[in-house]
Amino acid sequence: MAERSSVSILQRVEALPIIVVFVLLLALFMYTAPEVFLAPFIYTTFLSTLPPLILLATGLTFVIGAGEIDLCFPAIISFSGFVFAVLFKEYDLGWIAVLAGLASGVLVGFVNGVIIAKIGIPSFMTTLATQFFWAGMATVLSGGKSYALRGAEDSSVWQWIVGRPFASVTGVPWLQEVSIQALWTATIVGFLWLILTRHRFGEHALFIGDSNDVSRVVGIDVDREKIKIFTLMGFLAACAAILLTLENKNFFGNQGQGYLLTAIASVLIGGTSIFGGRATVLGTLFGCFIIGMIEAGLVASGLTGAWVRTVQGLIFLIAIIFYMYANEPQRRLALFANLRSFRGFGSTRTSEEGGVRRVRRPET
Amino acid sequence: MAPEAPDFDSIVRLEAVQKFFGAVQALRDIDLRIGRNEIVGLIGDNGAGKSTLIKVMTGVLAPTSGKIFVRDREIQPSEYSVRMAHDLSIETVYQDKSLAEKQPLWRNFFVGRQIANRFGFIDIKREKEVAQQILLDVIGFRGLGITVDSTVANLSGGERQGIAIGRAMHYNADLIVLDEPTAALGVAEVRKVIDFVRRIKQSGRACIYIEHNLAHVHEVADRLVVLDRGRIVSELVPKDMTVSELTEYLIDLQHKA
Repeated sequence: MAERSSVSILQRVEALPIIVVFVLLLALFMYTAPEVFLAPFIYTTFLSTLPPLILLATGLTFVIGAGEIDLCFPAIISFSGFVFAVLFKEYDLGWIAVLAGLASGVLVGFVNGVIIAKIGIPSFMTTLATQFFWAGMATVLSGGKSYALRGAEDSSVWQWIVGRPFASVTGVPWLQEVSIQALWTATIVGFLWLILTRHRFGEHALFIGDSNDVSRVVGIDVDREKIKIFTLMGFLAACAAILLTLENKNFFGNQGQGYLLTAIASVLIGGTSIFGGRATVLGTLFGCFIIGMIEAGLVASGLTGAWVRTVQGLIFLIAIIFYMYANEPQRRLALFANLRSFRGFGSTRTSEEGGVRRVRRPET
Repeated sequence: MAPEAPDFDSIVRLEAVQKFFGAVQALRDIDLRIGRNEIVGLIGDNGAGKSTLIKVMTGVLAPTSGKIFVRDREIQPSEYSVRMAHDLSIETVYQDKSLAEKQPLWRNFFVGRQIANRFGFIDIKREKEVAQQILLDVIGFRGLGITVDSTVANLSGGERQGIAIGRAMHYNADLIVLDEPTAALGVAEVRKVIDFVRRIKQSGRACIYIEHNLAHVHEVADRLVVLDRGRIVSELVPKDMTVSELTEYLIDLQHKA
């Protein structure tokens, strides 16, 4: 009885386990590659390279927390990136190009949401289909070309969105490299953290992830909230697209590739439940830090880049198992029950008995 | 929200309500009146339309035709919704769909009608305080190790029903609809739920109680409404008959068809 009242420290501090892992990993890399991880440049580089991943993963935190999935955002990065790049470069529209890029992402996300909520096709299939469509659309419209945005750094758009505000005011080299998109990303993520933890919308997302039925009977407009969630995801993917295009000063058709699995992995490593109902923006943020840091860390420590995916996969797997153990007592018990029933190998128990036990388990 | 001096005869009244799902007629010519301060048991076989009936009554489903009156005032079926039912002091406690498993109790108490500022940000401190009050004063959970931060997944079936009924009572519902609250519960847990149902009546509220177990519903209901294939076939007063007479009556009903 006393056990259920005591909220463990793991639950009291949001994302504590993943923060601990991050600190340990950082310490490890500081030890194995001190010349890189004890110097400021690696961190200023992260400030300019991580924001797209962080924005995507933060949006996905809402989507996965609501028990859905979005596979379409890499295509939005291509499509919105194209809309932005072509208007910015060919038509010289400046800030209007930014707004158009964002609007295109919002539109794609909204359409996804409507198909999922109103037609009722599972989000996995809907977004799988729409990602082909929008990625194809980007290729068709751009004719497979890439757009080099040469000279973009002179525009106010570049200065304000991905500029280096300290470049001209200080002589400290690493401070000159601090990029402003880190500030915008931090603002958006902070705001969305507030939304998820203490706004109606965030609460509704988590209840929907817990159970659509419960959400309906307590008076949540499930369809409308789902459309909002996918629209938010589209908006954030468009933000990521614009950051990416401006930072690289180049648009190319498959610039979104490679973000799909890393973003999903960052969310799940951070402690958001793949089953929905539990989500943490703070955890996702540190999940992104870990995913982003591993590559630099391993290479700087002398391993080849080929190890990166392997280690990411390993950390991913360990994280998933850990969260299952820490957060979902029923699943934990079911897991142990499964393991126990396999202990019968080689014993005298007949396979028939094992079969009977397995049939009965769902009732308990 | 509940009027100080209630000047109405019935909390909910249905007139000639029909409900079709495609070509299937789930409810036929339903006329039903729920008065104040009574516990109405709704019984009938699987597929008789009990759940559809309460869903129509509580705004989850819109009737195909017919009239709905709440506190003697006619409600447009197209406008009727769960939120509106809440505003009109009608609360529903579903067997297993009332509470979200992974969420803490305080969020479950207020979801759908959060204590929030005009930008929609939730006043967490206030919500937790009120949730604590509900837990102690309305539901009477003391010394069970249950706090407002407990997640629903850690509660027993009876405790969950208690929480859901307590939530309904907190919102001063005039009518509480219970959809099979004792299904899949152990004996001791059933006793708790029946105590909660009694408490609903003591507090001067009405209650519709859907139940398969005739002994349970016989024990607490003032009036029984029997549904069969979408139609109300009879109304009984449980005081006038024993549980076994009631059972035989229902079995006969099945054979007649």
